[in-house]
Amino acid sequence: MTYATAPSPEGQPPEQQPPRPAAGNSAHMIGALGAVAALSGLLLVMVYQATLPIIEANREALLQEAIFDVLPGAESRAAFVIRNGAPPAELEEGQALGDADFYAGFDADGVFAGVALRASAQGYQDVIRALFGYDPNAQEIIGFRVMENRETPGLGDKIAWDPEFLANFDGLQARINPDTGELDPPIRGVQEGAKTQPHEVDGISGATISVDAVVTMLNRAVGERVPYILEHLDIIEGAR
Amino acid sequence: MPKQDTFTPGEPPVLEADVFLKGLWRENPVFVSLLGMCPVLAVTNTVMNSLAMGLATTFVLFMSTSLISLLRSFIPKQVRIPVFIVIIATFVTIVEYSIQAISLELYENLGAFIALIVVNCLIMGRAEAFASKNPLPRAMLDALGMGAGFTFALFCLGAVREILGSGSFAGVDLFGPNFQPWAIMILPPGGFLVLGGWLLLFAWARERSDRKKAEAEAAAGD
Repeated sequence: MTYATAPSPEGQPPEQQPPRPAAGNSAHMIGALGAVAALSGLLLVMVYQATLPIIEANREALLQEAIFDVLPGAESRAAFVIRNGAPPAELEEGQALGDADFYAGFDADGVFAGVALRASAQGYQDVIRALFGYDPNAQEIIGFRVMENRETPGLGDKIAWDPEFLANFDGLQARINPDTGELDPPIRGVQEGAKTQPHEVDGISGATISVDAVVTMLNRAVGERVPYILEHLDIIEGAR
Repeated sequence: MPKQDTFTPGEPPVLEADVFLKGLWRENPVFVSLLGMCPVLAVTNTVMNSLAMGLATTFVLFMSTSLISLLRSFIPKQVRIPVFIVIIATFVTIVEYSIQAISLELYENLGAFIALIVVNCLIMGRAEAFASKNPLPRAMLDALGMGAGFTFALFCLGAVREILGSGSFAGVDLFGPNFQPWAIMILPPGGFLVLGGWLLLFAWARERSDRKKAEAEAAAGD
């Protein structure tokens, strides 16, 4: 702690110590620490209680905006929870939007526009979390939005804002083989500008790891969720 | 309470305004004392991030040094550091919740560095070196001055880095679509480069004013 005792550089007058309690008075030390800790606990609880509803409303608004962002044309939505071995259930009244497993979007005429799904994978710095839109009828990814990332600014974080990269998700083929129930062919990342197949993603030079993470998360999320969605598509489409 | 402002005889009394102003320029925490370099280099890639970080740090500095100054005769010397840390951490957590309530996007951008305000040596340094030895009004002035100096320094870095690295200022595009951004400026090495540039400028300005003062004194002595 060199800074603690170093004198101010500009020759400030010596500051006098206020009278300190006698050394070795442990009851006083415990009392002071306890009192300060209690005070800080009280303050934190108050601030937490006051800000929690606002923070939750912010999260909800962000998610809502993202759902419509990845489902072009969607103007209303229904939220679903996946149930093991049973058809999906609509989110009950009072439950947070973030508790749902996927969302179905409908356009102004009530026509089904697709489903929005979550995906995540380890990126360069930390886990990247994203939301993507999937059209079960065309079996294509129709939108992609990064919700959380800590990728390198200017390089890896291009996955979140580079218009050329995001154009990949304007109809990216992600077909489920009806016989095996698996994604076939899987989505593949290629060099920047080398995309020739509808299931390929044009990469970003300098951001290979981040692009690979996006491809991994999409393959995983489509493989895990889409067969279930296809199986119960009539229920999902009939939600509105 | 005994009067704290009595100085040893012979020392000139420090003006109250000077307690505030020294943090802005002569004792600027970033450009002169080089304190709190972690947020200085990490979050100054845009003007908005810089200002938000500067204001968050100023709030924590102001609130915690005020409380420490109030409690200074109550806190036993032996446990003062843990007490300071608890107080600082409390206000940092309050700032963290408040920023999440204000804007999730801002919270995403500042990320881990909000929590790291706890260990910003600027705050610990002012708590230990000033607030724990001075009455409340002086501690408040000192915190405001230091906070303003810190925010000013972060703004200086953020402005240069955003203009060069993204071609914009506070999100407003400056040069149009043909500008090729100098991407290194928003990466960590750019932070070092810009900080070095500002330090050079400040050191030069300080040396020049010192030389002028010495020349004036020499002229007066003739």
